[in-house]
Amino acid sequence: MSESTASGAGLVQLIAEAKQAGDPVRIAELIPYARWMGLSLRHVAGELLGLLTYSDMLIGNAALPALHGGTIGALLESTAIFQLLWDAETVVLPKTIDITVDYLRSGRPVDCWAKAIITRQGRRVANVRVEAWQEDRQRPIALAHGHFLIVPGQDGEPPAG
Amino acid sequence: MPGPPRSREEEVRRLAQLNRHFHQVVPHNRALGLEMVALEDGEARMRLPYSPDLIGNPETGVLHGGAITSLMDACCGAAVFMKLTMPVPIATLDLRIDYLRPAAAGREVLAHATCFRLTRNVAFVRGVAYHDDEADPIAAAAGAFMLATSAGRARAP
Repeated sequence: MSESTASGAGLVQLIAEAKQAGDPVRIAELIPYARWMGLSLRHVAGELLGLLTYSDMLIGNAALPALHGGTIGALLESTAIFQLLWDAETVVLPKTIDITVDYLRSGRPVDCWAKAIITRQGRRVANVRVEAWQEDRQRPIALAHGHFLIVPGQDGEPPAG
Repeated sequence: MPGPPRSREEEVRRLAQLNRHFHQVVPHNRALGLEMVALEDGEARMRLPYSPDLIGNPETGVLHGGAITSLMDACCGAAVFMKLTMPVPIATLDLRIDYLRPAAAGREVLAHATCFRLTRNVAFVRGVAYHDDEADPIAAAAGAFMLATSAGRARAP
């Protein structure tokens, strides 16, 4: 579908197609920033996870070295949005209202994973919690919670304003 | 840090030198093209140039929130350094970003952060991201940063 709207409905259609094909990797490929950062969405053992593939340009402290806090924030926020696109029947791209990131440990120069849990989904707002880890899932490096604007549409019903 | 007044030319030279250093030690800031625009006592101003690589919504061309998060993390951290009486490593404890309105496609984003409270262990910062007018921001940030323990020990009696 080539229809393009300011609300991102065309993109949401492409995402619906990726869902139907059971191919979460396609979702991140639609977003230029995700491609540039090395952010993707993966199915691992029946679980949907966000992945930030390590590259040198993600480093925020070359002396340690450690990942830039902003890149970990980007993984957490993106994973929350990906999860909403996958689970919630939103007819627009979810918009971040706010997000708070707690940094627990410095990010080592390796891949970073994240899992998002939708704690509550209302008619307009979804609350999402996300956790990020590297080699050991029991030792998360960052946590986030955020609020996202969504527009769940019924079949054939236009999104509410 | 407060020092003798500098000429505009000196200030530009100083910032260019700082940016070179900043890009060397922070590869991600270099990748984003982040630049320090001004530094004052406890305050920092930065600039994030628009780039097609940073688009979060390909249909509107609006920047991804992740790029704004990196900008605010960097700018808030720089504000802490501008408040410290001696340079020590810092680590972000937490950072909250409120997205107040969407960034305009194709436009650079400016950031201004202020470290408004510094204790022996913790620095508190707030900041905004905007296009033209700081009073009409795209995003607001609030963060806390932990200072390396050596700072506390060095100041302890």
